[in-house]
Amino acid sequence: MSVITIERKVLEKNDELAGQNRALFARHGIFAINVVSSPGAGKTSLLERTLEHLAGRVPVAVIEGDVQTDIDAQRVAKYNVPAVQIVTAGGCHLEANLVRDALKNFDLSQVRLLIIENVGNLVCPSNYDLGEAMKVVVASTTEGDDKPLKYPSMFRNSSVLIINKIDLLPYVNCNIAALRANALGINPSLKVFETSCTSGAGIPEWTDWLISRALPPR
Amino acid sequence: MHELSIAQNIVDIVLEHLPKEEHVSVRSVGLRLGAMAGVVPDSLEFCFGAITQGTKLQGAVLVIDHVPLTAHCNSCGTDGAIEPTLFACPACGGTSLAVLSGREMHVSDIEIAEGEEAR
Repeated sequence: MSVITIERKVLEKNDELAGQNRALFARHGIFAINVVSSPGAGKTSLLERTLEHLAGRVPVAVIEGDVQTDIDAQRVAKYNVPAVQIVTAGGCHLEANLVRDALKNFDLSQVRLLIIENVGNLVCPSNYDLGEAMKVVVASTTEGDDKPLKYPSMFRNSSVLIINKIDLLPYVNCNIAALRANALGINPSLKVFETSCTSGAGIPEWTDWLISRALPPR
Repeated sequence: MHELSIAQNIVDIVLEHLPKEEHVSVRSVGLRLGAMAGVVPDSLEFCFGAITQGTKLQGAVLVIDHVPLTAHCNSCGTDGAIEPTLFACPACGGTSLAVLSGREMHVSDIEIAEGEEAR
């Protein structure tokens, strides 16, 4: 019987590939975001609204991650932006190698903003770095105000929180001040936006901020 | 849910470190797991047991060293354990914290049997 010391990170392979993706984004001056949420928080609707507002202002490309179907890529294709669908066929999150392969479908020299819509899941995607500049977590008012407390890791690892479906606040049991306080208690540096994809509220503020990050003043 | 993929990564790493001899089997795998690593130990152990069937890791025990979430407070300098649901210094309530531990997911070591000892 003998003991062998190993000391290696379990996800080192993913982290290494994520590092390569990040270097690729840096080389092309691409601002990449990894959008995460539970299923049904409104990631794709938010993406559609975002693309409407970004049209003609910044060159965007989109990677869609889903367990099945290319429905989301079809929705996004209407906005005339390059979009690739990754079907994980059961996988609950995107990994760096899947993103690397998807990137081969784009002319990266023509992209300044890359939006990666992860599989709807508030647990697993927090462990897998894709090479993004930051994670954007979407929490909708219909999910209640305690989501950050239940999934602290995702809120801690994100840089932006979008509180979506604010038009439904009169009808749902969600205290938006408590939602903010719960999220900021876990991550005080979160940048928070409040949006409604139905009314369009908050979308201009969010997209202006995105542009300021993708096209910083020189 | 992603525990199967984590278990597979652990097995891949262990296999890379095994001596090349035929008669070698893994008795245990040491894993350092942070409180905020986002892994369910029971689920990981189940997946690990399932995917190691018929390999040199069959029957190996996953020995998990649970690492608490700790942080350094940039306001008062205290180092200590914090709650994952509230990133605030237990001493002064400050929210400018540098996480010291709790996100680990490392294969630390393995215990192997060789020759006659190996199953």
